[in-house]
Amino acid sequence: MAYFIQIAFAGIALGCIYALIGMGFSIIYKASEVINFAQGEILLVGAYIVSSLVFDWHLNFILAVALGVVVTVLIGLLFERLVLRRMIGRPVFSILMITIGLDTILRTAVIVKAGSNPLSPPSPYTITDGFNIAGVHFGANDILTILVTVVLCALLYYFFQYTRNGLAMRATALDQEAALAVGINIRTVYALAWGIAAAVATIGGVFLAMGTFSIGITLGSAALLAFPAIILGGVDSIAGAVVGGIIIGLVQDLTAGYESHVANVLGAGIHQITPYLVMILVLLIRPYGLFGTRKVERI
Amino acid sequence: MSASSKASATSTTTPAATPAPPSRLLRSRASRWIATILIVAVLLIFFSVGNDDWFTIVNYTLIAAIAALALNVLSGYTGQISLGIAFFMAIGAYTAAFFGGAMPSSPLDPLGLALPFIIWLPAAGIVAALAGALIGPSALRLKGFYLGIVSLSLIFIGQYLFLNVRGITGGPQGRTFPVPALGGATFDQQNSYFGLALTSGQQYFLLNVIVLALAAFFVYNVMRSRAGRAFQAVRDNETGAKIMGVNLFEAKMGAFILSSFLAGIAGALYASYSRYVAPDYWDLTLSIQFVAAIIIGGVASVWGSILGAAFVFGLPLVIDHFNWLPVASGAGGISSADLNAILYGLLIVVFLLFEPGGVIGLVRRSQALTRRFSARKDEGGESAEITDLPADQA
Repeated sequence: MAYFIQIAFAGIALGCIYALIGMGFSIIYKASEVINFAQGEILLVGAYIVSSLVFDWHLNFILAVALGVVVTVLIGLLFERLVLRRMIGRPVFSILMITIGLDTILRTAVIVKAGSNPLSPPSPYTITDGFNIAGVHFGANDILTILVTVVLCALLYYFFQYTRNGLAMRATALDQEAALAVGINIRTVYALAWGIAAAVATIGGVFLAMGTFSIGITLGSAALLAFPAIILGGVDSIAGAVVGGIIIGLVQDLTAGYESHVANVLGAGIHQITPYLVMILVLLIRPYGLFGTRKVERI
Repeated sequence: MSASSKASATSTTTPAATPAPPSRLLRSRASRWIATILIVAVLLIFFSVGNDDWFTIVNYTLIAAIAALALNVLSGYTGQISLGIAFFMAIGAYTAAFFGGAMPSSPLDPLGLALPFIIWLPAAGIVAALAGALIGPSALRLKGFYLGIVSLSLIFIGQYLFLNVRGITGGPQGRTFPVPALGGATFDQQNSYFGLALTSGQQYFLLNVIVLALAAFFVYNVMRSRAGRAFQAVRDNETGAKIMGVNLFEAKMGAFILSSFLAGIAGALYASYSRYVAPDYWDLTLSIQFVAAIIIGGVASVWGSILGAAFVFGLPLVIDHFNWLPVASGAGGISSADLNAILYGLLIVVFLLFEPGGVIGLVRRSQALTRRFSARKDEGGESAEITDLPADQA
């Protein structure tokens, strides 16, 4: 039982990271109906910057994260302003591919700048920090991940529910033309969406690196596991991204924890694809996800 | 030869028998002949003067061009987003290895049936096409980025399978792949055919040129047939296509199966030419490289696929050949692959922003300009309006 709780706890912490990354996808999708494939590499860039600020420049962890967020938000805003805004009205294919172009540029820039050897992740705690209850170790890093996710979710909820800009974003998501008609500045909405997405991606990236104990170029593809999370939750639902993220994190860590029992049947590494298997199942049964609006078209 | 005939058998479509309308790129029959003769002449000159290094570069480029063509059938002509091409290439490669590989001499060796080349190459395409037919019905119900995400998950599921099905893939260590052979003559050695001695590179070159030419000719003609028009109608406007009587599901499945078939052939040729491939070669980066190739070369264009493949896959090899990069590795240096990745990443963005037709789009645009110019000079000239779909000028 202690083993199960231990794994489930780690799974929830991992799920919180997917939730953070997934919220970024959902916020951009709601504002502009764009799925940003470069999200994973924005996260990678953020994690690298934070790591080099902590280890090479010996900055304080919180300050480093803040600076990392500033840089990635700038990347997101510039890309939105200079590239995506010119693509409005173009086919989904083109818009998706252009984010893949950004993805390639960012990933290669990191490889060229830092080499392909993984860096060690910055973290305010060591792996042994934390406390034990009945044989279950609650790691300080995992607790911090969960706390930060809860705080960020609360902040975002407040932002969307009670602030002027948040209201503008919800209105735009509901009906872009009507939002324009009542005088909402869509450009601000797009910029806000990309800024928030880049910020939560960077924070998610720092925690993701803590969980895997290294920052390498595989971090970007680990972030792709937020796709199953948002599809499970419903692409256009921010709450769905959170719930979906936690479920996917649990699924992944539970299969990782128990897969050794069935290794002679399933082989190694099934936990790397269980999130995708769940996603395919969801797409076959309920393509709009748990909380999404029924808009996915079928033929 | 076998490739093309098998393709028409597995695809749900058949090329139309009606003659193709004169293409604008090669407008008269005479100029088309001249172009064909020029291409053959260039190939022949290269064939006789090229050295081994250049044959390696060109062979990899030709194989990449076949895969780029495969992706163009699905994404360029039919408008279905796919990041899964590497998966279907891998299916083709492992099919080739299973049918053509040497019989295992110890229980630890990966399996092989040691069947002849003439069986394992078509089999690679057919099994990949079957995999496409199996996956298609559930994947193609989805549109837009949903399909993109599902095709992306195929890559990861493939990685898991290829690492674990050791009997066929060799597990994490990878395995060797069979060499094409005609009769007793294997392509990895010098052989003489009808008194003509050919190096290994030359034999592969001939094989790759023939397969690419057949694939290009086949795709070019399919896109002029009823089925090809249906593919492009689905891309341009699904509702419109449906109203005009196109069966959306059949059209998408046709494109998906044809694309998978060609990808399987390309995968088999690639693995066979490099002799040894580990499972992690078939990753997301490979798929993205092909996406880059068709966007840079030209979507919905046969020539665009070839140009794009030359840029994305040929250029880094050329850079390495001439040692253009002072420091190839180590701190502060940049490898040709990295330089190329930054270049194609930037070019994806630039082309999509300013010229969605790719290099071929630029060529067409300049042709239209010169034609308009000359038409204005002599009053009676024909108008230079482009009203056709891009595919007409493939």
